Amino acid sequence: MSARPSPPEVIRGRITRVSGPVVLAEGLGGAGLFDVAEVGEARLAGEIIRVDGGGATIQVYEENTGMRPGESVLSLGKPLSLSLGPGLIGTIYDGIQRPLERLKESSGSFIRAGVRGERLPLDRMWAFAPALGPGDEIGPGTLVGRVRETELVEHRVIAPPGTVPCKVSRSVPAGEYTLRDTVLETEAGESLTLAQEWPARRARPSRKRLPPNEPLMTGLRVIDLLFPLSKGGCAAIPGGFGTGKTMAQHAIAKFCDADIIVYVGCGERGNEMTDVLTEFPKLVDPRTGRSIMERTILIANTSNMPVAAREVSIYTGITLAEYYRDMGYDVAVMADSTSRWAEALRELSGRLEEMPAEEGFPAYLPTRLAEFYERGGRVETLGGRSGSISIIGAVSPPGGDFSEPVTQHTKRFIRCFWALDRDLANARHYPAISWIDSYSEYAEELREWWDRKDPAWKDLRAQALDLMKREQRLEQIVRLIGPDALPDEQRLILVTAEMVKNGFLQQSSFDDVDKYCVPEKQILILHTIMEFHRRAEEAIKAGVPLTEIVAMPARERLSRLKSEVANDRIEEIRAAEREMAAAFDGLARVYSREEAT
Amino acid sequence: MRGLEHRGLERAEGPIIIARRRETAGYGELVAVYGRDGARRMGKVVDSSDSAIAVQLFTTNTGLSLDETRIELLGGPLELRVGPDLLGRVFDGLGRPSDGYPEILSSDKRDVNGSPINPSARVYPRDFIQTGVSAIDGMNTLIRGQKLPIFSGNGLPHNRLAAQIVRQAKILSSGAREGADESFAIVFAGMGIKYDVARFFVDSFERSGVLSRVVMFQSLADSPTIERLVTPRCALTAAEYLAYDMGMHVLVVLTDMTNYCEALREVSASRGEVPSRKGYPGYLYSDLASLYERAGRIEGSAGSITQIPILSMPNDDISNPIPDLTGYITEGQIVLDRELFQRGAYPSIAVLPSLSRLMKDGIGEGMTRDDHKEVSSQLFAAYARTKSVRNLAAIIGEEELAPLDKKYLRFGERFESEFVSQGEDDDRSIGRTLDLGWRLLAVLPTEELVRASRAMIEKYLPKEDGDAGAERRPD
Repeated sequence: MSARPSPPEVIRGRITRVSGPVVLAEGLGGAGLFDVAEVGEARLAGEIIRVDGGGATIQVYEENTGMRPGESVLSLGKPLSLSLGPGLIGTIYDGIQRPLERLKESSGSFIRAGVRGERLPLDRMWAFAPALGPGDEIGPGTLVGRVRETELVEHRVIAPPGTVPCKVSRSVPAGEYTLRDTVLETEAGESLTLAQEWPARRARPSRKRLPPNEPLMTGLRVIDLLFPLSKGGCAAIPGGFGTGKTMAQHAIAKFCDADIIVYVGCGERGNEMTDVLTEFPKLVDPRTGRSIMERTILIANTSNMPVAAREVSIYTGITLAEYYRDMGYDVAVMADSTSRWAEALRELSGRLEEMPAEEGFPAYLPTRLAEFYERGGRVETLGGRSGSISIIGAVSPPGGDFSEPVTQHTKRFIRCFWALDRDLANARHYPAISWIDSYSEYAEELREWWDRKDPAWKDLRAQALDLMKREQRLEQIVRLIGPDALPDEQRLILVTAEMVKNGFLQQSSFDDVDKYCVPEKQILILHTIMEFHRRAEEAIKAGVPLTEIVAMPARERLSRLKSEVANDRIEEIRAAEREMAAAFDGLARVYSREEAT
Repeated sequence: MRGLEHRGLERAEGPIIIARRRETAGYGELVAVYGRDGARRMGKVVDSSDSAIAVQLFTTNTGLSLDETRIELLGGPLELRVGPDLLGRVFDGLGRPSDGYPEILSSDKRDVNGSPINPSARVYPRDFIQTGVSAIDGMNTLIRGQKLPIFSGNGLPHNRLAAQIVRQAKILSSGAREGADESFAIVFAGMGIKYDVARFFVDSFERSGVLSRVVMFQSLADSPTIERLVTPRCALTAAEYLAYDMGMHVLVVLTDMTNYCEALREVSASRGEVPSRKGYPGYLYSDLASLYERAGRIEGSAGSITQIPILSMPNDDISNPIPDLTGYITEGQIVLDRELFQRGAYPSIAVLPSLSRLMKDGIGEGMTRDDHKEVSSQLFAAYARTKSVRNLAAIIGEEELAPLDKKYLRFGERFESEFVSQGEDDDRSIGRTLDLGWRLLAVLPTEELVRASRAMIEKYLPKEDGDAGAERRPD
């Protein structure tokens, strides 16, 4: 990394107490905070989280049953670092970047403590095309060369942030190289390979922040049109169990238009990660026609894996994301679930006997959350490229109650809130994103982009949100007096709102047509439904009874457009709109004649 | 260090005893504790330092004195002896035979705590299990390798439902049908349940002739509370052996998880830990996950572990930490409803809050039937609408409802009485369940069925009015 740090100093200590994943040791007075340690005879991975008077407290990332006082501890004198380089994409790691596939090959179906595997394939040959030659300037973030990592991803080898600015003294010709080979040497005496290391807990630097004014298109209508997220934005999806957090995260990971996806399964189910592992390779990216696994990295620290590693897994995920951001890519990080991460903090804090704040969570919970979400954003990288990290964090509030500390503190640091609603989920209305409780502050920043793309967006969005708010108010009255007591104009609002719900907001991830919806189709569907509303209002003013409007066959068609019209045949939506307009014209003729007679 | 003994205690408080150290003890190591009565009590080391060790007892602490107590370190974690002979045996909560027969003949001993399954070694579960219960098969399908708990309340028929599932469960997927003699086993862990409940399950297993394929671990209500923390771990260790070593399809029934969680709270409180919600420890989620995640299928093994944990929700409150955290870990839940039960309905499954997360990949053409997804989605939507119509009817009266809403009421009534309710011995095929669903949907006007595609409506929706159609059709 930085200019040749002195070789790290290894310090040997001795365990004095074992209490679950928290271990006390003596003789480690010289160790630094957050230095990596090898704990016990099994040399389990750990991290020093507290030092006082010669003693140190260590959290152990692996199952440490059987560990006893008297065993030795080695402090390696450097922070927990990740290996970054080609070979990351398509790999599944655990929270401390152990490659799970390779562990399976070496130690079977169950994860045992103390087993290791190469984080990156050290012997694989990569076709490297250099971008620099002797005499060229090099500094932090300079493009060194290119490697085709997968069909979808060109791996841009960039000089690490600590590179001393100077000139290249030697570089290799284009050809096949492994991660062990030096591909470039500088006049300052540094030699670079295709890989580099970076501490997980430290944010990788960038030159400056850019405004998040470009949308992250997810293909989900309720998000893209109503509650949009920017590239570089941060969103939270809170919801009780069974409301579809993971399903929503999967849907976004599959179809959003980011270049790289980092999916962090933090304290969640093993089968969900298996689902990703089996399903993603089969799914084709609608934009590139390649398997979406070719742009995805998975971090899996499932709920039954050691709790300390769960705490780090979030940082591991975001560091990998920053590495690809620095290449100039738009990266989306799914963190599922940040509540499990917060609970890991709570559990470790409890074992350290710290004074708890709210609901047993440590007082530094909001600080940690802020640090995490602030690593998202759109930036100009050290090399002058523009890249972004969008963070989508799932929150699992106990009892589905959003007033709990993790949801509340998260809300302070995100600007897009997709609240999942229990009643919608019970009716299997997915994505169960509530149109009443959700919000997106990015809508303002994205207006300009949409004005260029389709100026209708902002009006449609405002109309739809307004309609749904009016429906909610009316529902309160309906609950008392029934819908029949309302005048036709107001009942029409209920009818249209129902059409918006069924025909626009609800979206099935299992329907081949409906699972991904291009922006043009999204706009057209919503436009057609709002046009229906406008025409129906006029018709009612002209004396047409609502029952006649509701009975129009052209109306029923509108609720099915989402699944009957494929993304590449959206002119059929215009046809449906014309059909509807003709039906209204017909009604208008009948009723104007009746009036005349 | 195996066999070493300490004499004398520093402190004894609830299930935790503290002893001055003379030799190092490993974290999690099993110990035997002898009081002045000479009786052997089991426990494990929960904290080990240079100067002292803390031991958590699995059994009663009565009769322990500070001076005369001896602690023997047993050198490793608690292990269970496993072998094919497990089948048909009954063990106590700590995995010792309690049916009067000797220990099983095997030298294969496994750490009851298990190890986490590598997510990349899992096989995604997608084999449909037909339970014969419409509310489960049709709406919240059980999949082989799934963990699907029953959220119940005191007095609700969760035991009868679990027994019915165990009796009727069968695999339909084409591949499995060929090898109809696939071996299966049932592992039953009773934690703090009454003797009568244990008896009920034994009788039920006996009646269906599967008792020789059942392994039982019983820590009954009168056994020491702390023992319950070990019981499910023993059961799952046996299940893992049967599934992954013997290649059997294992159905694990864990009841009652509420008793397990209370035991955990008791230990946590006596260790003076900072509590989180309702006094439960902050690691309740991780601890439950270490049990529930021991379900599934792994590469290279034909077997599977399907878990049906049963828990009684204190005060029927689904937001209580026990059902809440369980729901966050398991792949769905079957919720029982007291109101339905009071109306005399069995199995009184509350369809809307119930969920099966693995359903999406285990149903459809080739697995159940091509219309399954759509008919279940439409039934969910229609029944949810019924619920809001009922709220309205409670205020303005049924007579004032619009004709469409009246149809929804009619649909809801028939859905509850014909679809959700069924006899305890009524084993419905999936085809019958889905046909029944369509027949009920025929009560509603076709244009209301927006969740179903026109093709499926054309193919399956009965032409005549659902109310006019025959109430029961033979398969």
